[in-house]
Amino acid sequence: MRRVHVTLLVALGVAGLLVLDHAQSQPLNPYAAPPMIAFGSGLAATGGHCAAPPPPAR
Amino acid sequence: MTTATATPEAARAPGLLPRGLMLALVAAGVAAVALLAGPRSGAVLLIGLGFGLTLEGFRFGFTGPWRRMILERDASGLLAQLLAIAIVACAALPLLAANGAELKGAHAPIGLAMIGGAFVFGAAMQVVLGCGSGTLVNAGSGNAVGAVALPFFAIGSFAGACHLSWWTALGSLPVMALEGGSGLAVTLAGLAGITALALALGRKGSHRLPARYWAALLALAALAILHLVVAGQPWGVVYGLGLWVAKGVVAMGGDLSGSVFWSAPANAAQVQASLLLDITSLTDLGLIGGAALVAWWRAGLASPVGLLPARAWVAVIVAGLVLGYSSRLAFGCNIGAFFSGIATGSAHGWVWFAAAFAGSWVGIRLRPLLGLEARK
Repeated sequence: MRRVHVTLLVALGVAGLLVLDHAQSQPLNPYAAPPMIAFGSGLAATGGHCAAPPPPAR
Repeated sequence: MTTATATPEAARAPGLLPRGLMLALVAAGVAAVALLAGPRSGAVLLIGLGFGLTLEGFRFGFTGPWRRMILERDASGLLAQLLAIAIVACAALPLLAANGAELKGAHAPIGLAMIGGAFVFGAAMQVVLGCGSGTLVNAGSGNAVGAVALPFFAIGSFAGACHLSWWTALGSLPVMALEGGSGLAVTLAGLAGITALALALGRKGSHRLPARYWAALLALAALAILHLVVAGQPWGVVYGLGLWVAKGVVAMGGDLSGSVFWSAPANAAQVQASLLLDITSLTDLGLIGGAALVAWWRAGLASPVGLLPARAWVAVIVAGLVLGYSSRLAFGCNIGAFFSGIATGSAHGWVWFAAAFAGSWVGIRLRPLLGLEARK
């Protein structure tokens, strides 16, 4: 087995993930997308990040 | 007179036409994402590709330099990391001070689980020789250990997020972040202090950074600043990996309403939305793609995969799970906590660094015991 086979398997996994995501997610609407650059957009930052504090425990 | 002979790698390297076609394919992929999901998604994917190209292209990372500092007293890689963080801090802290709503830092609370998570992450990353970004880059460039660790890293990240509120409730301080000019001064002074310590402990001559380290640190810093400006948040890795598994759970009919984390409105919305709208997913995919592109370009994919004993593969799977789980408890990996945390003024980044470095010392000593390298 060569490294190219590993990379192809990873690429296959990524492709499968994107197909699964496309099938189950809300449809994309580029007209409702935020502007390209957050800085100066006037919109609050909302994306998920690993450093974001969690919701309080129930 | 000498006769030039092509190296085996050069002989196998793709020609001009395949390289041109590959670049056109990558450009088409980025354009398709921008058209389907919006220009910000396309730009973030492009930045992620840049991270992958930089890390694989200059053979730079986070785990290797820490290993060389501990084993060989070679401080050069660690110094390059600290310099990159300092450059990002010089831009990020003033930007955050002036645009607190549009941009956010990697600010997280220091706590018992956070410290323990960082220590365990530091150990596990030395076992698989890959941190958050390193595992993605390794998987993309055909490293079998990275490719096997990656899905388990994602599963661990999902599980860690599920339990994060419980772990954090065991004991946490409020979020502490350095801000503005004084925050930048303290951050730079702290980085200078660590640099001085690394130089004092490092062997003679390791303060001289090779040219590829300079290129890598400057490129990483530029991309990280661009990421903050474009995405509105600093570079991170781990959230996206957990999200991939959350989507898989939902696709298999699973119910996430019982999870405090995944049922929170912002995270539930992210699970329902396309991955092409999630910042960390896009940079993660870019990291894999960029690393694969460099490896293919250099004909580095032709080399055989190394053989490891069965117990080593078990160790890789367990380490992958542990990497994902512990990085959620620690509020980030080398990227989200160490690199972005310190660069955006978060106190947890400094604590993460100390705990993960101590964990790395343990992880380095675990590798031979787990069959991942020869015992000395």
